[in-house]
Order: sequence, then C-alpha cells, then structure tokens
Amino acid sequence: MLEVRNVRTGYGETEILRGVNLTVAEGEIVAVLGSNGVGKSTLNMALSGILPLWSGEIEFTGKRIDRLSPAEIVEAGLVQVPEGRKIFPNLTVEENLELGNYRGDRSRRKAMVADVYATFGRLKERRRQYAGTLSGGEQQMLAIGRGMMSGPRLLILDEPSLGLSPLLVEEMFGLIGRLAGEGLTILLVEQNVIQSLEIASRAYILENGEVVVEGAARDLREDSRLRQAYLGL
Amino acid sequence: MYPIPIIAEALINGLMLGAVYALVAVGLTLIYGVLHIVNFAHGAFLTLSMFGIWLLWEHAGLDPYLSILVLTPVMFGLGYAVQRFIIGPAGHGRDNSILLVTLGISIIIENGLLVVFKSDTRTIATDYGFRVIEIGPLLLSWPRAVGFLVTMATAVVVWLILNRTDAGKAIRAVAKEKLGARLVGIDVNHIYALTFALGSACLAVAAGLLMPVFYVNPQTGGAFVLVAFTIVVLGGMGSVTGALLGGLLIGVVEAASSLFLGDSLGQIGIFLLFILVLLFKPTGLFGARI
Repeated sequence: MLEVRNVRTGYGETEILRGVNLTVAEGEIVAVLGSNGVGKSTLNMALSGILPLWSGEIEFTGKRIDRLSPAEIVEAGLVQVPEGRKIFPNLTVEENLELGNYRGDRSRRKAMVADVYATFGRLKERRRQYAGTLSGGEQQMLAIGRGMMSGPRLLILDEPSLGLSPLLVEEMFGLIGRLAGEGLTILLVEQNVIQSLEIASRAYILENGEVVVEGAARDLREDSRLRQAYLGL
Repeated sequence: MYPIPIIAEALINGLMLGAVYALVAVGLTLIYGVLHIVNFAHGAFLTLSMFGIWLLWEHAGLDPYLSILVLTPVMFGLGYAVQRFIIGPAGHGRDNSILLVTLGISIIIENGLLVVFKSDTRTIATDYGFRVIEIGPLLLSWPRAVGFLVTMATAVVVWLILNRTDAGKAIRAVAKEKLGARLVGIDVNHIYALTFALGSACLAVAAGLLMPVFYVNPQTGGAFVLVAFTIVVLGGMGSVTGALLGGLLIGVVEAASSLFLGDSLGQIGIFLLFILVLLFKPTGLFGARI
C-alpha cells in the first residue's frame, strides 16, 4: 500500500534521511522504531508532503505522492497524527474534528463526527470545550479522532504514547490494535519499542537516517542485539 | 469643570469615533494573529479605500455608505491577491522579508496615489455630514452614530465568519497551529490570503464610514494605522475582541483628553494609556484569543 524507495531529505544543508526504504502492506501495523533524533519525524514530514524529497520516491496505493501537496496526500487517504498532537487549542473539540474533514461535505462530516464519538465517548462529553483545556490523554484521542475524520486508508501515528501515564499508554496501544482490527492500516512511529513490537506485524529500526534492522516483529522481539540495544535486557 | 451633558456628549462621540478606529484595528490584528506579521501596508490600503469612496462619490455620485457595498468586495479581492501573489511569494516565509515587502507595498501605493491625486486633501460634502441626533440634552453626531452601528454590525459579521464558517475555523486553526492545519489538508497559503482579504475588507467599510466626517490625502491612512496599532497592542496582539474593545476605549480616551487638554492634544491621552499598558500589562488588556 505504501512504498518508500531510497528517500533522502533533510533541513537546509543537513541530510537527515539517507536513503530510507520501507513498505507497508494493506491491513498491517508496521512499526518504525528508533531513539530520538534518528529521523523518524522527518520521515513522517516527507510522507505527508510537508518536507520535499531530495531524491527517492514515495508510492501510495500505486500512485506517486512525493510531489503532491499535503492536502492532496490527505485526500489520497494518507493521514498523519503528528508528534505532540498539534490539535487546535483555541477551537472546540467538535471544531477540531470538523477540520479533520475540511474538504468533505456537511452530511458526511456529521456521520464521521458521530463515528469518532462512538469510538471516543470522552470526546463527546467534551465536545463544546476548547481543545487546549483537555488532558494529555484526551488531546491524543482528539488528535487520532481528527485524523480519522477524513476516512484515511493509512494512518501514521507519530509517538502516540509520548507523555502519557503508563495506564494511558496501555489504553493507547489497545486502541491502535482495535483500529487495525477494523481494517485500518497503521504506520506506528514510536520510541516505545516493547509495546510497539507486541502489536506490530513488522518493524523497521532507524538509526542515523537509515534503516538498520527490519523484520517480523516476532523475530525482532527475540533478536539478542536488539534486546541489548533497545530493551536493555 | 464642564457641565455633565457636555462631558457625556464628548465621551459618547468619542466612543463612536473609537468604533471606526476599532474597525481598522480589527483588520490589523486579524492579519497579525494569523500571519504573525505587522502589516505595514494596512495604512496605505485604508488610504486607497478612502480614495475609492471619494472617486465613487465624485464620478458616480454614489453615497459613501452605499459605496461600502461596492468597495468591500474589491478590497477583499485586492487583499487576497496582494498576499497570495506578492507578499507570500516575495516573503519566502521569513518574517523580516514579509515585513519589508508590506512596507514596500505601502510606499508604492502612497506614491502612486501622490502621482495620481497630488497631495491635495479631498473631502465629501454630504448633507448629513453635520447632522446631529438630539437625545435629551445630548447632541450626537449622526454620521458617527452610523459609524458605530455599522462597525458593530461588521464585527458581528467577522465573528460569524470566524466562528461559523469552515474557512473561518480554518483561519483560527492556522493562527494557532500551522503544522496541524497543513496535516489535516488545509491550504495554509490560501488561508493566509483569505485572512489578508478579510482584514482589507474591514478597511473598505472603515473608509466608507470615515469619508463623510473626514478627509483624504495620500498620507491619511498612516495616522489611523498608528492609532490602530496602539489598539492592537492594547487589546492583545491577535485578539479580535480585544481590538474592538480597545478601539472603543481609545476613542473615549481621545475624546476625554481633547475635552480637558484641548483639541490639539487629544492624542496625548492615547499614547499615555499606551505607555501605561506597556509598563503594567504588556500582553494587552484583553489577552489574545482569535
């Protein structure tokens, strides 16, 4: 469904991604792991069309998307829930959701809002509240809900567990599993290696802007080098 | 000490003058709140709008209040185009370049107006320019009362656009969270231009309200924008409600200081208030929420 080939890009003169390759098949949860500063978020910015590529290609559902605008990429069904949530703090919860389907018509938007409320009852309770007043966990729910509003085919989740309490992290991974169970394809970008490997089918490990390890999540969980480097075991 | 009715009359007239200041300030603060730039071309756009009103009066015999209906869409379109095709591309997203571009545009407009209209001062002599409304012992200026009501109506329209339309919600979203907006598929450049358009459209309304009681020459807009900028800071940079309330306050302060210090010192009160706010509440009196 998603194919990233030899992607190189960066900021200014600084190269961050140095030839990244990865694929995501329909219905999979694929994890992209690695510590801070290895280029995970840069990869996401490139996928969403925010950061232009220096070279390489990105193909989504069989079509090149690396020259499209962020809006066109959303329309194609590739939606990112960014790190730090990036919700609109000065808008109400419901307005945030509506903007998640900015280009849709009103009736479809209404139906999507109802869908999101069905998944996140908490957001419905707080629909009239300014998003900036939500707790961290609720804001993350809102960010995901907003991402779901345009009916994406592939959802990129960038550090969804960041800044959440252990209990909420647990809940968040449960939710990701449920979304995948409903047929959504997910690219999960995380620092939380253990839990990501538990729900992902495959994973890539990024280091210094390159994929250094890739494989089935099951195998990576058992990999001794990895356990040493990332799990401290 | 003046008798109470005279003071009340001055303050109410000041409040009504403040409404027009507020309208200029609303446009300025809107653009600041969303694009995070101070639009130096705002004054020149106001001057341009005032000349527009004057031309429609002089050559088409159109009443200034009616001309607002003609000029508002024109200024909306002009504002959109100038941001989308000049300020955006020439600014390269760097604040200081954008600032200089808006300054350049204001210089071009002002000097263009000088070439066409010379530096002569022009006025419109309507039959209601000096009309007054009697309320008990108070004599209130009729055109200023119209200005006040139309400003309030315009503020309601701006509020409705920002809060009840998709484009308005997108404008508010971009103001606070640009990356988040791009990631949901909002075209930020379009929203920038739309905001600029809205801010410029406010000027067309202000120009129509001003012309029956004021004059225009190629420098007129600058004086208003200086006051408007004070209002923007007073109301909290980027706060539309703050600009509206701040404008009214400034009008009253100006009227009070004109009354007690003499007409030529009217603006001293404004800048005194400005300095006090900067000293004691530098984030503005009303906080910032767009």
